[in-house]
Amino acid sequence: MNNENLLSLKSITKSYSGVTVLDNVSLDIRKGEVHALVGANGAGKSTLIKAISGAIIPDKGKIIFEEKEYNSMSPQLSSSLGIAVIYQEFNLIPSLSVAENIFMGNRLDNSRLVNFKKLEEKANEILKHFSIDIKPSQKVKGLSVAYMQIVEIAKALTRNIKLLILDEPTAPLTNVEVDVLFDLINSLKEKGVSIIYISHRLEEIFGISDRVTVLRDGKKVVTLNTQETNRKELIGHMINSEVGEEYPTRAAKYGEVLFEAKNLCGKGFKNINFKVHKGEIFGISGLVGAKRTEIVRAIFGADKLSSGEIIFEGNNVMLKSPYDAISKGIAMIPEERKSQGVILNLSIKWNLTIAIVRNISKLFVVNLKKENEVVDEYKNVLSIKMSDEGQRVSTLSGGNQQKVVLSKWLASKPKLIIFDEPTRGIDVGAKKEIYNIINRLADDGIGIIFISSEMDEMIGLSDRMIVLSEGEIMTELNKEEFSKLEILNFASGNK
Amino acid sequence: MKLNSIFRKYGIIIVLTVLIVAFGIGNKLFFTVSNFINIIRQISILGIITIGMSFVLISGGIDLSVGSQLSFIGVVTATMFTKYDINPLLACSIGILIATLVGTMNGVFIANTKVPPLIATLAMQQILLGLGYIISKGKPIYGLTQSVKFIGQGHIGPIPTPIIILIIFIVIGSFVLNKTYLGRYFYAIGSNDEVARLSGINVKLVRTLAYAMCGFLSGIAAIIMMSRINSGSPTVGSGFEMDVLTAAVLGGVSVSGGEGKIFGAMVGALIIGVLSNGLIIMNVSEYYQMVIKGLVLACAIAFDSVNNKKMQSNAL
Repeated sequence: MNNENLLSLKSITKSYSGVTVLDNVSLDIRKGEVHALVGANGAGKSTLIKAISGAIIPDKGKIIFEEKEYNSMSPQLSSSLGIAVIYQEFNLIPSLSVAENIFMGNRLDNSRLVNFKKLEEKANEILKHFSIDIKPSQKVKGLSVAYMQIVEIAKALTRNIKLLILDEPTAPLTNVEVDVLFDLINSLKEKGVSIIYISHRLEEIFGISDRVTVLRDGKKVVTLNTQETNRKELIGHMINSEVGEEYPTRAAKYGEVLFEAKNLCGKGFKNINFKVHKGEIFGISGLVGAKRTEIVRAIFGADKLSSGEIIFEGNNVMLKSPYDAISKGIAMIPEERKSQGVILNLSIKWNLTIAIVRNISKLFVVNLKKENEVVDEYKNVLSIKMSDEGQRVSTLSGGNQQKVVLSKWLASKPKLIIFDEPTRGIDVGAKKEIYNIINRLADDGIGIIFISSEMDEMIGLSDRMIVLSEGEIMTELNKEEFSKLEILNFASGNK
Repeated sequence: MKLNSIFRKYGIIIVLTVLIVAFGIGNKLFFTVSNFINIIRQISILGIITIGMSFVLISGGIDLSVGSQLSFIGVVTATMFTKYDINPLLACSIGILIATLVGTMNGVFIANTKVPPLIATLAMQQILLGLGYIISKGKPIYGLTQSVKFIGQGHIGPIPTPIIILIIFIVIGSFVLNKTYLGRYFYAIGSNDEVARLSGINVKLVRTLAYAMCGFLSGIAAIIMMSRINSGSPTVGSGFEMDVLTAAVLGGVSVSGGEGKIFGAMVGALIIGVLSNGLIIMNVSEYYQMVIKGLVLACAIAFDSVNNKKMQSNAL
């Protein structure tokens, strides 16, 4: 490894509708180094990569690649310069063979027909480097995730690549497969290829990287030589020591156990155990990919549990569908407001009563008087700003749409409410209102399960929390034990 | 923008008026009370099925098998009369029951597999078409009891019976859509079935019900048709689904689900009726009529699709 820079980013800035996601980030990538990029949720890692690959155009800043200066990249340009990105979602065509995928968009010769024999030979040459057993003629859909990833990397290698960017490459891999990947990275490095490596698994960062850059809230905090730092220092850089928002304080008085999850297992998570009391705000913390949403969706009956028990109000309950959960008194404010929370083209009124309209009907006929009473009651509870209740929900602002979702569930008079990222994408004022509502609900004795990717929010609101990493509980913390350092340490996989 | 929203709201009625005026100027025979009653009688079958299709479209599906149902149920019911001498009321009821079952099968199949409704009901269309030919041996079945004639050809007072039946189902259909929670559920699952599911709606059941109701209404229409042509014909419904779809979409029922009213769909059916009637009176050949109706469907769907896109971009 020499100290010559392959890529330099100078003061890259990017903001979306007023929110700055990258703030003056400068970064050097040396030739032949493995450079790790770390940071908590929303630190700006993905956006930074997109700026390098040309998926987005920065508002400000310069990109210097091999001593040439660019204001921005485009996907074509970055690819022609030898930059390749392997995303978490693969870009492969499952019904085609490995060889065809590797040479997708690349013509071997000028013939109008494909010479499959030649194609497979060439593919084999590339695959040989990986010391693994993939046949070029095999269809991609039969491969394991790790092998698909290798095909994806092999695809990049058909071009003369100089910079390979790996975004959370190990998330779907088993330990053995991670070793295969690391061997590959090391051999690329020896050939002088630079690698940007993003992962929230800190132990991997120490295993593979030469240098590491920490991002936080869109700003670069520091770049360190990996050998000269340690886990604790890195986490210290990742967290924001300033006190963020003021959170409404609340004397939590919680009652008996309302809800208990026993050994829940399902899509990507296992052995989940926790209890929620009446009047308690119970946080589920974790980084992206920790399976927080998957767990609450399974509890709500929206996805299947493969095993485990749910005990609600002292009874063992089977929640096979959201309908079952709702009729027991469970509500869920889902993660994706627009696709899962509100029906955009229907009226505010219909959205508010959709979960209970059956209960205010007699012989299928909706009791409109009762419906109006419900709408009148709940539209005022949360002061939804609207001109009339026949208005389509699509015409409301994000915060008001979220209030519609909240009101819809409050109208069902739930005993347990699951909040999955309730403040995502809404403005500061509306956020505060939602915090107050959550606190008020808890004060009224409702059990709350709370998920947020904003650490400040998690700490500010929760009374107790569990910290997840990759579908397993790392620890359970009481309010007085909350600290960003602790939470991030557990969330990045340290038990 | 203002003109646009006026057109979106009343455009369909403007189109209808323009058509009526145009045909009225083109031919004196068109502008008579008896011709208007004639038009409404002609569209009563179309109208009834369009109500069923509206349920399906609003809930986010489509049913291409309605034309074949019209033929098949007619053939089956006529066979019950002529071959097995079954009581007319019972035979008609069984016919309608079978149609409801066919609709239910459509619904169960679509709700439980990921097969697109277009393909699933296309398959059903073919199956029913074949079954109709098998049962009838490819020929119309004549020799119906005189008493069933009343349904398709009779009058109650001065008004033809089919029109009375149509009006009854318009009232019931509008009631279901506007006043019952089932109607709400149709709109909800047609707009966003994931939100509907997360709100505790049994999406599969509601979807199946929409198809079952469409089948039921197709059954009613089939009995009227059988009675009107005085036979069970295996070909009478061929291509009828095109007219039904055109009527519904013209009337503002969206092919992407979640939008539409029975009233609009009925105006759509009227446009189809006026168009057919007017073109016949003006001696336009049947082949040209097909071309014209196809163009009308294309225009209506294009308008619907442009409208939808606009609404989506407004939502952002």
